[in-house]
Amino acid sequence: MTNIINPVVVLGGLGLLFGVLLSIASKVFVVEVDPKIEEVLNALPGANCGACGYPGCAGCAAAIAQGKAPVTACTIGGQKVAENVADIMGVNAAQMDRNVAVVLCQGDCEKAKDKYVYQGLQDCRIQATLAGGQKECSYGCLGCGSCFDVCEFNAIRMINGIAVINKENCTACNKCVEICPKKIIEMVPYDSTAIVKCKSEDPGKLVRGYCSTGCIGCQICVKNCPTEAFSFENNLARINYDKCINCLVCVEKCPTNAIDNSAIVSEEFAREFAS
Amino acid sequence: MSLFAIMVSTILVNNYVFARFLGICPFLGVSNKMETATGMGFAVTFVTTLASIITYIIQKSILDTLGLQYLQTIVFILVIASLVQFVELALKKISPGLYSAMGVFLPLITTNCMVLGVAILNIQEGFTLLQTTVNAVGASLGFFLALILIAALREKMDIADIPEALAGFPITLIAAGLMSIAFTGFAGLV
Repeated sequence: MTNIINPVVVLGGLGLLFGVLLSIASKVFVVEVDPKIEEVLNALPGANCGACGYPGCAGCAAAIAQGKAPVTACTIGGQKVAENVADIMGVNAAQMDRNVAVVLCQGDCEKAKDKYVYQGLQDCRIQATLAGGQKECSYGCLGCGSCFDVCEFNAIRMINGIAVINKENCTACNKCVEICPKKIIEMVPYDSTAIVKCKSEDPGKLVRGYCSTGCIGCQICVKNCPTEAFSFENNLARINYDKCINCLVCVEKCPTNAIDNSAIVSEEFAREFAS
Repeated sequence: MSLFAIMVSTILVNNYVFARFLGICPFLGVSNKMETATGMGFAVTFVTTLASIITYIIQKSILDTLGLQYLQTIVFILVIASLVQFVELALKKISPGLYSAMGVFLPLITTNCMVLGVAILNIQEGFTLLQTTVNAVGASLGFFLALILIAALREKMDIADIPEALAGFPITLIAAGLMSIAFTGFAGLV
């Protein structure tokens, strides 16, 4: 009889012991959890993609509930999720600023000169280790399409040797921004049309030598901007998107077309994304 | 066996991943990135050591005295599962930083067969409590080593030009197999 009773007592006893210990532990080690975290978590997409920069949706929900992240922190959820989250947090999400990624380089095969012919693996991160890439401009797009490979939303195409991003498809997941070894992909507001598509900090004369569409630092944009949205540092014009009113004076005046009107798309661009 | 010999043996010669093929699931599952591999490594070290000590005490004081050795597996699983839960609760309260760093890996350890394997092998080898502790630490360090080695390899392989049919898990399994062969070179060290 003990053959049956002993194991039952031992196993049952141990199970009971651990159960009691765990329930005591859960009382002793209780951590106050903001109920809002749970609610926010339910409103998020639950994809755990990590695009917000937090470890999964739970991390993002905690940050939002504590006020460390904006209600619009979930980039892939877009307006709808932001509104739901804003309802829970009791704030207004009407002015959700949608950001999209933009490649800040227009130096395609015709416009920018190469310093050597790259024939290695088609990965920008590898090309960048070979004397900074094949372009003479050490700031420009390398054209191997690492961002294209990493984009899960069909928003990037390689056209004539440089990457271009379709802002309609972009969800601001930041993957291309992170993978680009040249750091030329940046987030800009969706509504901004005038964008300085050059990152070269070389002096104007050098830029002229290797690229026909680089910023040469003439500062015409700085002088002509009606809202003083432009600043100039390190031989490069920068635009403050908060001040920009999209008057497009800079686009007209820029002698090298380094400032681009992103609302106008090329035929090739339209064809690529139509298919 | 001296304690040092046990340590070297479990880390290199009888590495739990490469020689005994235990803990393969987390070894493949969380080795994409160095960062997550390190987190998992720490979590496993912590739990394996604690679990080995507690299971050893239970085995000697309860199971052996009552002659219930056949309950070993189920009791050990009970201990490990509760322990992981307990560690998770305690860590959440005591060190939220460490808790969020380990994140999802803590509950995953419940199903890591290496933890159970170490606990059972400790008993089979007839170790003392001190030897058990050293063996557990060595085993988890060996697991840690295997994990960061394969994570480093996988980070490199991510940007290598691998034939499509082999990309991802196939090449990882091949790499793991080759590493296992390489580790047989340590045989005879102890």
